[in-house]
Amino acid sequence: MIESAIDIVVTGLILGGLYALIAVGLSLQYGVGRVLNVSHGEFIILAALGAYSLYTVAGIHPLVAVTLIAPALFVIGYVLDRTMFNDLRRTSINEDHFEGRSLLVSFGLLFVIQNLMLVSWGAGLRGYSVLNTPVEILGNRYGLNRVLALVVAVTASLAFYLFIRHTRLGKAIRAAAERPDMAETLGVNRKRVLAICFGLGAGLAGLAGVLYSMMFDIQASRGIELTIVAIVVVVVGGLGSITGSLLGGFVLGLVIALVNFIDPSLSLVAFYFIFVVVLLIRPSGIFGRQIHAD
Amino acid sequence: MLISTVLSEEKPALVAIPVVIVAVGIAPQMVPEAIGISLITVLMYVVLTLSWTMFSGPTGYVSLATAGLFGVGVYTSAILRDRVPIELIVLLGGIAAFLVAFAIGLLTLRLKGVYFILFTFGIAALIRSSVQWWETHVSGTVGRHVTGATNETVYLLLTILFAFALIGGFLLRHSSPGLALRGIGENEDAAEHIGIDITRIKVLTFSISTALMGMTGAVMATRFRYIDPSIAFNPLISFLPVVMAILGGVSKLYGPILGAVILVVLQEFLITEHPHVYLLLFGITLVVIVIWLPGGLVELAQKWYIKLKIQWIKLRMRTTRFRREREAKKR
Repeated sequence: MIESAIDIVVTGLILGGLYALIAVGLSLQYGVGRVLNVSHGEFIILAALGAYSLYTVAGIHPLVAVTLIAPALFVIGYVLDRTMFNDLRRTSINEDHFEGRSLLVSFGLLFVIQNLMLVSWGAGLRGYSVLNTPVEILGNRYGLNRVLALVVAVTASLAFYLFIRHTRLGKAIRAAAERPDMAETLGVNRKRVLAICFGLGAGLAGLAGVLYSMMFDIQASRGIELTIVAIVVVVVGGLGSITGSLLGGFVLGLVIALVNFIDPSLSLVAFYFIFVVVLLIRPSGIFGRQIHAD
Repeated sequence: MLISTVLSEEKPALVAIPVVIVAVGIAPQMVPEAIGISLITVLMYVVLTLSWTMFSGPTGYVSLATAGLFGVGVYTSAILRDRVPIELIVLLGGIAAFLVAFAIGLLTLRLKGVYFILFTFGIAALIRSSVQWWETHVSGTVGRHVTGATNETVYLLLTILFAFALIGGFLLRHSSPGLALRGIGENEDAAEHIGIDITRIKVLTFSISTALMGMTGAVMATRFRYIDPSIAFNPLISFLPVVMAILGGVSKLYGPILGAVILVVLQEFLITEHPHVYLLLFGITLVVIVIWLPGGLVELAQKWYIKLKIQWIKLRMRTTRFRREREAKKR
């Protein structure tokens, strides 16, 4: 009994670390840039497939590959914001109008990226195994790769939190999120900050994707599921709140580990149920609407 | 709006609507059989897009619940097919979708913008995963066989639904509820202040328009013959009507029809041989029209028409001036 309880908690934390990392990227893109990027999951899968190919073709270890993949995705995200979303922002009447339109555009991106991947990698399952030596934690065994993924996810989340909180760029990002016009008056280059935020979101998706590829088999069409995970976490944590997304990720990871323990086939139902209920009862999320890390 | 003003303003539409309905009705006899079968798919998406546009077009509330309500119709049909006549099934499919949509409508009153979009997407996914769970754990089936109806019956029923959607869409545009919906789309607070019961109008229009989606689902189940949650609740059925409507342009009644026909024709050519290429083009279309062509093809056509007209007037002015000058010289 106690052993399975511990197992649920540890599995929940491992899942939660990944969820948190996935959600923080989305939260950043929405909280600052007002783009609810539903193609986020596709970026994750793209990174995962990239890591898979680098490992199987060139023999590059995923933990090395991540230093190539995350920056590459940052650049893609930066360029997408500078071109598409910037045009969209310019031609929208107000913020609500922009949010609706950018959501539709990111749905378009979802189809574009997903089908580019299906054309290049095919629809089959792809996986590789690295570092899957078992590690014993409190009486249960877990793969080293999963434990490592948890460590990396927590470290990256913390580093990101500190970056947003204490660096000059982090402060500019928070200023641009809270009072865009005021930030601009004080010399923040808003266009650049927004593009950096979108790029950082994509870069975090890249990091999450590499970790994902170490833990699960990859399928080009499964990005949408990850997007839904991210959206549920972000909505639960409060749209736009980075702390909320981090905490929400772990809470949801634990809940899903518990549901999986009871009946794995219910996990998807549980996901949508939590999502719909949170939207209904408290659309601003459990941790309220704080746009930045505080 | 007074009937007389409608008559004077919309004479072309009053002729065009019956002509289009009759043309759609006799179309299968005019074309080869293979194309006739594709016409069923065309008609299905035209009806879905027209009903989506009734609520989402004027208000700007983008609903992604279409697949959920279509699926409700499909499952109503699958459960009742061998027990009641098909006309009644279609009606019941519509009622089932209406009731579900009514509940969604009541729940979503407070949600706006992205929250509304997300909620409708979530509810469609929740319905799907609940049905999937129910089927595997309670009914013990993966999918269900539905006794098929002939292509003629399916087509006839869809034509009737198309007529409903077209006439309904036309009447909605020229009635006070239609104006109220547009008012909500422009400025919801202002609409409320001038005395529009926004709650009632939103919930009712949303649920009545989705009844058509349920009916379409009920008809299509007899065409699919085999259904499972991934067919009945295919998320593409939520997205396609949105893209079709904005591709055509929601400002005119024929805009969504135009968009639906273009995308279905593209789909029929590409989906079997190159499904990924089709979806890739679909994604690119979505990105391009939302960013660079927000009014859809209708607005683009109007712009070109105005440009051409200006050129034509300029040309005429130049020729008359030229002629006058020549005549003056002669004299």
